[in-house]
Order: sequence, then structure tokens, then C-alpha cells
Amino acid sequence: MSTEAPANNDIITGDKSHEDQYLTFLLGEEEYGVDILRVQEIRGWDSVTTIPNAPPFIKGVINLRGTIVSILDLRERFGIESVEYNDLTVVVVLRVKSDEGDKERIMGVVVDAVSEVYHIGENDLKDAPDLGYAINMNYMKGMATIDDKMVIVLDIDHLMSLKDIDELEKSGQGLIEE
Amino acid sequence: MARILVVDDSASMRQMVSFTLKGDGHDVVEAGDGVEALACAKADSFNAVITDVNMPNMDGITLTKELRGLPNYRFIPILTLTTEASTEKKMAGKAAGATGWLVKPFNPDQLLATVKKVLG
Amino acid sequence: MSQFHEAFFEESFEGLEIMESELLDLDIGEGDVEIINTIFRAAHSIKGGAGTFGFMNVSEFTHVMETLLDEMRDGSRDVTQFAVDSLLQSVDVLRTMLEAARDKADVDEEMVASRYAVLEGILKGEEAGAAAAPVATAATPEIEASAPASAGGASGWVIDFAPHPDLLMAGNDPVRMFRALSELGELSVDVDLEKLQPLTELTPEDLYLAWTITLTGDAAQADIQEVFEWVEDECDLTITPLSGEQPVSEPVVSVPVVEPAPAPAPAAPAPKAAPAKAAKPKAKKPAEAASIRVGIDKVDEIINLVGELVITQSMLDQAGEDLESLAESSPSQEGEAGKANAEILLRLSKGLAQLERNTRELQEGVMRIRMLPISFVFSRMPRLVHDLSSKLSKQIELVVSGEETELDKTVMENIGDPMVHLVRNALDHGIETPDIRAAAGKPETGTLNLNAFHQGGNIVIEIKDDGAGINKEKVLAKAVEKGVVAPDDVLTDDEINNLIFAPGFSTADVVSDVSGRGVGMDVVKTSITSLGGSVSVTSEEGKGSVFTIRLPLTLAILDGQLVTVGNESYVIPLITIIESLQVDRQNINQVAGKAEVYKLREHYIPIIRAREVFGLKDDKRDLHESLMVVVEVDGAPAGIVVDDLQGQQQVVIKSLETNYRKVETMSGATILGDGTVALIWDVNGMVNVHRKKLNRGAVKA
Repeated sequence: MSTEAPANNDIITGDKSHEDQYLTFLLGEEEYGVDILRVQEIRGWDSVTTIPNAPPFIKGVINLRGTIVSILDLRERFGIESVEYNDLTVVVVLRVKSDEGDKERIMGVVVDAVSEVYHIGENDLKDAPDLGYAINMNYMKGMATIDDKMVIVLDIDHLMSLKDIDELEKSGQGLIEE
Repeated sequence: MARILVVDDSASMRQMVSFTLKGDGHDVVEAGDGVEALACAKADSFNAVITDVNMPNMDGITLTKELRGLPNYRFIPILTLTTEASTEKKMAGKAAGATGWLVKPFNPDQLLATVKKVLG
Repeated sequence: MSQFHEAFFEESFEGLEIMESELLDLDIGEGDVEIINTIFRAAHSIKGGAGTFGFMNVSEFTHVMETLLDEMRDGSRDVTQFAVDSLLQSVDVLRTMLEAARDKADVDEEMVASRYAVLEGILKGEEAGAAAAPVATAATPEIEASAPASAGGASGWVIDFAPHPDLLMAGNDPVRMFRALSELGELSVDVDLEKLQPLTELTPEDLYLAWTITLTGDAAQADIQEVFEWVEDECDLTITPLSGEQPVSEPVVSVPVVEPAPAPAPAAPAPKAAPAKAAKPKAKKPAEAASIRVGIDKVDEIINLVGELVITQSMLDQAGEDLESLAESSPSQEGEAGKANAEILLRLSKGLAQLERNTRELQEGVMRIRMLPISFVFSRMPRLVHDLSSKLSKQIELVVSGEETELDKTVMENIGDPMVHLVRNALDHGIETPDIRAAAGKPETGTLNLNAFHQGGNIVIEIKDDGAGINKEKVLAKAVEKGVVAPDDVLTDDEINNLIFAPGFSTADVVSDVSGRGVGMDVVKTSITSLGGSVSVTSEEGKGSVFTIRLPLTLAILDGQLVTVGNESYVIPLITIIESLQVDRQNINQVAGKAEVYKLREHYIPIIRAREVFGLKDDKRDLHESLMVVVEVDGAPAGIVVDDLQGQQQVVIKSLETNYRKVETMSGATILGDGTVALIWDVNGMVNVHRKKLNRGAVKA
């Protein structure tokens, strides 16, 4: 149970405040974190229905208790090499704010595995150095060090924004060439 | 607080009056015309009645007369809502037995003050 | 306050419709008092609400209309054609004002003022019929009128208050008045017991007391009079300034009531018809029947829940079937155990069948909640036809049938404008002027038929005129000119006629302001297809045209054809499908080496390979014996090749856009019985994407 002191390895157990709590997950060797308040649920991987002519990082849609929810593959999004999904593969279902900020969309991301819940206070969050190739800087809120591990904290709304699909379509690249 | 019957064929007026009265802690029942109102009055018991005059099926004046004929409603405050500051409308109401009137348009504060006055 | 505005606007627009249709019904001369009363009440309601919610311009304008109507109903004014026409036009103006108020936009002040002036003119007697009833604004509250509100009463007032015995009868109570007075200053009260009866002779409900009240302070006399405002004629009231000077006489104006019995209303032009009004207004508006107003979101929520139920029931159905086939192939069907299993299965399947029935009935019942008769839309037409025929100097009779046919509320709200456009078109371009008709041997009065009926899971609306029909030559020429068809294309008559729906099309030499500028048939078509419906026309030159609109009965549910492409299932809306067939390679042709076409009976339709549209690998060069679904897009057929055809079923439409975004080839999604998601095709989008890929050479030649 945490108190005011920024403890590192909190598992959420009815802490009164979920602020500054992050759920981390693994993609390959890297550990990424997302604001726990944005996490709606965690599911195992099940099949998706593909969407024609969607960019490769959109895997498709699933039925989430009667609502149609799209699933993103973060490896594709980050340009990391893909892996095969297996029993451990997890889908993290997130509440994403739309570009205009007024609506909320439910979207899921496929990750290798879920890791921990950590408390990362504002002071612990450092600006990320420009990683150049790997990730669009907008996607990151910053980085933190926990237990000698580096956790990349993600900005969900930018990461999951579909604006780039709009741009891709405009430039005519949205449609897959054979 | 009190239990008040609000009668008006205009839903928006009813809503506004209801909302205002409820906000002051009263219980409100709405009716869309005199016939409905009379049925409600007989089936229930109210501390006050606020009614529009011009309504289909049974207007406010007739409703007032009918209410005064019911033993439980002989002395309770009945207010008519009139849209003109003309004597005849007010007097017609009084003649039918209404306690008093409220002239439309009125603002919520006037409504509440009058209701308070009338409920004692 | 503004949270009630929406209800007020809704009511007011409804009221305007009532006013309009009743005005159209009103006979000139001896107006039917019932009808006038209905119109009056509608205007009165709007005025009251407008005043309460702060739309003073609306209130003032309506007031003039109301005054006019009041005179008509009490017989002091005749119902003249001019007055009715003016009132009709005023209804239009009022509508504009309300719309402006609702949309927070500006109003054309001049137009309002001129219309107002016309109405005032009528009142002042620019027509026969002097105005008898006193206009309300003339009356000022009597209280202020008589008594000079002397600022004096320097240190206060002496109030002699002698209520009549029946004061309590109307629920008034002197105690309240005293309380109110006590808020105006210091009170001291002396009671006069003179009239008090011995206990045994008391009538409990009568008031036998009188009081003399001394009120010190600087209250104004008007304030004191206000306290007694309601009981003026049920008491004797004298208010004297404390210094003892001018005793002010009673400001009471009306006749004091002497007997306890409530006197009949003083001879004022009280609405005679109103108290006796038990007669129902015409059955035009079925909504007069016992009804409850329910917010649309509540209804939609229930519809959603029922949709979920349908999906769940479908999943159970599927599981039941799977269980049955499992049981059939299982060895344990022998003996007692086998019989018990069979019996359980039987019960299960009976239960599921009943569940399916219940769910379907519940669904239909719930859909019906949102259904309203199309008369709400049809009712706009009489006025439209009336106005247009006089404007165009044509004689037109409107015949309406099937107005009780029901459709979904949202569909209805959106079908109005397209229908109006089609009717205008029929009146403007279709029906000829009387002399042309006579010369052609037709009756001088043209007939416009509006008909609605249910067919399958759809509502069909027909707009039929006996006018000149569509000029095929002109249409074809225009289509070639605009590049909609190639010069040597062979088209059937029907296909030519339906070209009028092609984008950018307008055959009017002069875009008449009746049919509207720039609002073409293509917009009508788009509106209708966006509701999941279709529109087409058949026509015979010289005889007339029939426009047919088909609309789904509900927006939430779709009849679909399941198909397989790649290894996914998709749903194609049945309403778009003309037919399905098996491809015969003999009928395939290549055009310009790129596009493929299929010879379907008389003519050629483009072949669209769904796999290519979806960007999947298409191994099958040879389409022989493949399955092709022929759909209609923009009036023209196209053949879409799929991998397999599955069954047809009703599906619940789920939004793809809510949590994702709009997909060009798909209009939505649904959840199948096995819980998986199937996307629903937007055939228009499919054709567009196919065309784009074709143009970019991405599709294999």
C-alpha cells in the first residue's frame, strides 16, 4: 500500500488516488507506460476482423461487448519488427481522446505482455532525448527510470490519433498497392 | 414542502414551472389540460393548484369551478396563469373560485414568491 | 431558462403546423368556431411561451395574430379570404422568426414589420368588421389607475379591512395578508368582532371578522393595494394615510360580489367555445390520442438494448445449432442416456425457437415506437401545391393515399426535403399549363398522386403526375454533353430517364426559382441513399412520370446478404442488390484492355473484383463460375465478384465510425451469431474505390 512517498513498485490495490499511476507493458526489450486512468481493460488476443485498405498498423476491429473497437499494432506503429501473436499476447483497451478533444474513442493496442503498475510522479518524468528513427516524438510524454529500468511513457492521444491515416489517404497512399 | 398540481397545455411552460417549484423543494405533478388535472386531483391530494386558462378539453376556469366542487379542494389555493393584465380574465378566474392569479410572462422568482405567499 | 427552449420551439413549430392546416381548412365567410378556436389557442400558446422565455418579438407579433383570431371567433369579424391569406403568410413569418430565435440568427426585420403592418391594417378595419373586443394592452392594472400613489402617508397608513363572509372560499386567508403587510412596516392590528355570530350559529366557512390595521413605515400605497389585489371584490377596503388627510376611496372597479355563490363570469368576451370544448380536432394529427412525450435518447437506448438482445439471441441460436450437430455426431445417442440427451436437446431447441420469436416481436414492437405515420410529411404538401399552382398558374389536384403508413422518425425527418423537391419538380416541369393540357386532349386540371405503402421491409413512396413526362431526347443529349454516358452507349428507356439523378444534371433551360437553384436531382438521390434507401423514376412522354422512393423501415437494422471475400465475412445491404448469379466466362469482355465488363442480358455492366478493391491477392484470373452480386449504384448496375455467398439475415447495424473512423468501402459493422464482427458494405464506396484504383492503374489489366 502506498502512502504519500513515491513508492516505486505499487500494484494497484485500491489506492485512493490513481493519479500518476502508469501501466507498463513490453514490446520486445522495451518497456512502455500508459496512464492507468486511460486503461479500460486488458484482454487476451483473439481474432480481429480486418478493415480493407487500412494501414498495416491497424489490425482490424473486434467486438467488445457489443461495441466495435479498432485494434492497433504498436510494433507496426513504431516500426519494430513484427512477431507472431501467441497465448501471452495481450490487448490493452484504452480510452483515447479525439483530436478535437471532445469525444472519446475506445481503441485497443496489441502488446507482447503487460508488466507492472508504477507510480511516476511529475518529477520522475524526464524529457526523452531525440531517439531519431524509432518513435515519433509526439508519441512520448517522457521517460522515467524505475529499478534501473528505462520506461518510455507514452502520450496516448497522439499515439492513437488517426489523423495520419487521413493524411495518408489524402496523399493517395492510403490504398494498398498490389 | 408542498404538493402542487401544475396544469398547462404547453409542455415547455409546464416544465419551466415544475422545474422552478421543484428547485424550491416542492413536489410537482403535471397535467396537460383540465380533464387530466381533475383526474389527478381526485386521485391524489395537493396543497395548491397552478393552472393556465386557455387549454383544450377543459379550460382553467372550468377546472377551477370543478375543483371547488370537490370537498378536499374547497379552500386550497388555486392560481390561474393569465397572459394579459386584463380585468376580465382575472375576474373570470376569481368568479370561478380561484384564489388569485399570476400574469405571464413571469420570472421564476415571482412564481416562487407568489407560491410562498399562497401556501402560508 | 434555456433548457426549456428546445421544448418550446418544438411545441411552437407543431403549433404553427396546426395553425396552417386549420387555416387551409377554414371556410370563408362563416368560419367554423371550433377551427378558429384551435388556431387561436395555438397562437396563444406560442405567445405565452415566447413572452416567458424572452422572445419578445415573437410574442408581440403573435399577439396581433391572436387579436385578429379572437375577433373572428367571437363573431365580431368575418373570415375573409384576405384575412386568411394574411394569416397564412404570417404563419410563415412567425416560423422564420422562431427559427431565427432557435438558431440565434438574424431575422429580416423589414419583412416582419411589413407583415405586422398588414395585420394591424386588417384590425383597424381596412376590411369590414369593426373590432369589438378590447385589445389587452389597453387595459392597465386597475390598481394603479385609480388611486394616486401618494408618496405621503408620511409615517404610515390606516387600513380598514372588512372582508366579505366568503373571502375564505377561494382559499384566501387574511393571515397571509397580514404577513405580507408586516413585511412592509410595523403593524398594529385591532379586530372588529361586531359581526361575529354565536358559536351555535356560525357557518364555519364564513368570515365574520374585520380589522383595522395601522401600518407605520414608508410603504407606498400601491404596495399595500397589491397585498389585497386578489380579494378586491371580496372585501371593503379603505386605505387612509396616517396623518389623516385624504381618505382614499376603494380602488375596486368590478362589481362587489354580495352572495357567497360564485357569480357567473362578468359579461366579457370570454371564449364561449372554450369551456364546452370537448370536441376533438380533426383526426389529421393522430398525435392527439393519449400519448406521452418521451425523449428520443431514451427510445434509442431501448432500441440499442434490444439490438444487443438480438445479437445475444442469435449467438444462443448458433450455439444451439452447434450443440445439435455435435450431439448428432456423438456416439452416446443410444439407450437411456441417449434418450435423455435427445429430450434435453429438444427442450433447448424449443426454448430457443420461442426466444427467437419473442426477440423478433420485441424488436418489431420497439422499432414501432420510433415509427410515425408519413402523414407528418404528407401534410406539408397541400399548402405547397396550393401555393405553387397559383404561382405557376396551373390547376393541380392533389390526391393523397396511404398517409397512415408508418416509418422511422429520423428517416421521416430527412425525407421531407427530398420529397418536397420532387413534388416541386412534378409541378414545375411535369404538369403542363391548362391550355397545353387542353390542346393535348387532357383534362385542364392535372393530378398529383402521393402514395405510400409497405413492401417487404421497406416503405415505398410514389409521387405520380399525369404531366408531360421526361423528354428522353433532351436528357440523353445532356448526359452525353456532360460526359455521364458515352455517345455510343446503348441505354434502355428506363436508364435514360434515371439519368436525371446523375450528378450535375439539370435539364431546365432556366433554373426556375420554384425548383430551386443548384439543388438538383442528384442531391435528392444522395439524401435518399444516405438513409439507406433508393429512388428511381419511370416515365412516359405525354402521359406522366412516377418517382418511386424506397426506404428501410428502420435505421438500426438491415436485411443483408452475407458473402465471403478473402477469409472474412461481409454483409451487403439487400436493398442494393438486384440479383446474384454465377459468372459465365463467355459474357466477359475487356474494355480498353483494362476494365472488365459483363454482358447481362441486354447490356454491359462493369465487373468489380472485391478482392482487388480490398487489396487482397487475387489469384483467380478466370472468373468462370465465380459468384457475382449485381448491385445498383447511382441507378446503374455493377457486378461485384465475391468468393462465396452465404445466407441472408437481418443484422443490427453498429457504428464503425464511433471508435474508429469512416471507411470508404464500408457503411458500418455488425456482430454475427458467433460473436465475430462483419463489416457492412457501402456499395457506392466500393464502386468509387474500384474506379480510383482503375484510374491509377493499380488494378491488373
